[in-house]
Amino acid sequence: MTVLQVEVVAAEGIAWQGDALSVVARTTEGDIGVLPNHEPLLASLVPCAAEVLTPDGNREVVVVDGGFISVAENRVSLLAQFARVAAEIDLKAAEHELAAAEKRLNAGEIDDETRHHYLRAQAQVKAARIAQGH
Amino acid sequence: MGASLRELRQRRKSVTATKKITRAMELIASSRVMKAQQAAARALPYTRELNRAVSAVATYSRTDHPLTRPQTQDPRRVAVLFITSDRGMNGAYSSNVLKTVSQMRQRLDEQGVEMVRYGVGRKGIGFMTYRGLELAERWEGFSDSPTYDRAVDISDRLVEDFLRPYEEGGVDEIWVVYTRMESMLSQTPRARRILPLEVVEGVHEVNDEELLPLYEFEPSPEAVLDSLLPLYVRSRIWFYLLQSAAAQLAMQQKAMKSATDNAQALIESLTREANQARQAEITQEISEIVGGASALADLTKDDD
Repeated sequence: MTVLQVEVVAAEGIAWQGDALSVVARTTEGDIGVLPNHEPLLASLVPCAAEVLTPDGNREVVVVDGGFISVAENRVSLLAQFARVAAEIDLKAAEHELAAAEKRLNAGEIDDETRHHYLRAQAQVKAARIAQGH
Repeated sequence: MGASLRELRQRRKSVTATKKITRAMELIASSRVMKAQQAAARALPYTRELNRAVSAVATYSRTDHPLTRPQTQDPRRVAVLFITSDRGMNGAYSSNVLKTVSQMRQRLDEQGVEMVRYGVGRKGIGFMTYRGLELAERWEGFSDSPTYDRAVDISDRLVEDFLRPYEEGGVDEIWVVYTRMESMLSQTPRARRILPLEVVEGVHEVNDEELLPLYEFEPSPEAVLDSLLPLYVRSRIWFYLLQSAAAQLAMQQKAMKSATDNAQALIESLTREANQARQAEITQEISEIVGGASALADLTKDDD
């Protein structure tokens, strides 16, 4: 059986790596699913919770802060300045961060940085909820 | 004679205190160099994957992007970012880098190219300011423990200057002078061009001879390049900062080790000198007493 070799790489180091049956991530164009033998691809991501289905049936959720997905010869790498496995995210802290970012957005600070912050917090909350089975 | 003995003992005491300090610094540096090396190793996969991605876009798309094409065949103004330390006590670390910078300057002068300097580290900044050489931008305070945010600051500034037209003070090329950590024993200063990208040999840091396949780009090669290249520059600078930090600490450890050894040698020779002086003092006292006694004996004999 062909499997994908997945690496989630952040600037500070590798966040997650292992084999997978499929990877789902959100690009600027929308969600994309990658199965084994996918054609070579390079796409920009938006901050999202990427899902990786491992051969033993587990679903790993990894938050990425934008970046890229690159697929070539059954090697998938998700590249982001910041990436974290959902299980390591503190849901409370993430929700708090999301609320703070939302408040700033509502207060009219609609610059790229705040938006990015908001999307990142949103992705973290989503990932943490999935990981906890909500 | 007594004064010189006291002086020798005093010097020995102060050298002993210095030795304790250099020994402590050696130990601290050796524990931190490990951490710095690990941080540099952790950053490697990110740099490697970005290299791969950049090579893919540049090789497998016919995009003409401002960041990939050389703006001019012969550059008129070149930015040089040099990475030095904030503090001394690390041997020739900073001066090696500064020497490389002045070699570059000489070469550029011969070609009639203007050089704009960007400094990292108090030592390098101080060197340039003392000589009245202008710095376009300076960053300091993190030479031995760089953070990614700092790398972002630096690269955003460099990319901004790179994208500005020459007439408005923009630069045509960006070079970095950093210290490469070859091993614990050898660290060498290097000059590398980061922009315009040398994509073909952009993977020199990792040995990757695999052929890259034809890629599908989403949303478009241009959009991917637009967001990929600033990230690429950041990761390069981040990588250079980490390498330099590890090299700095390794050189500090080496410098402090030899300082400790020298202090030990000095202590030994001072101890010998002090012993000699003490012995000389005693000998002199004895001969004075003996001389005095015999003079006294002669005196009493004459009286008889």
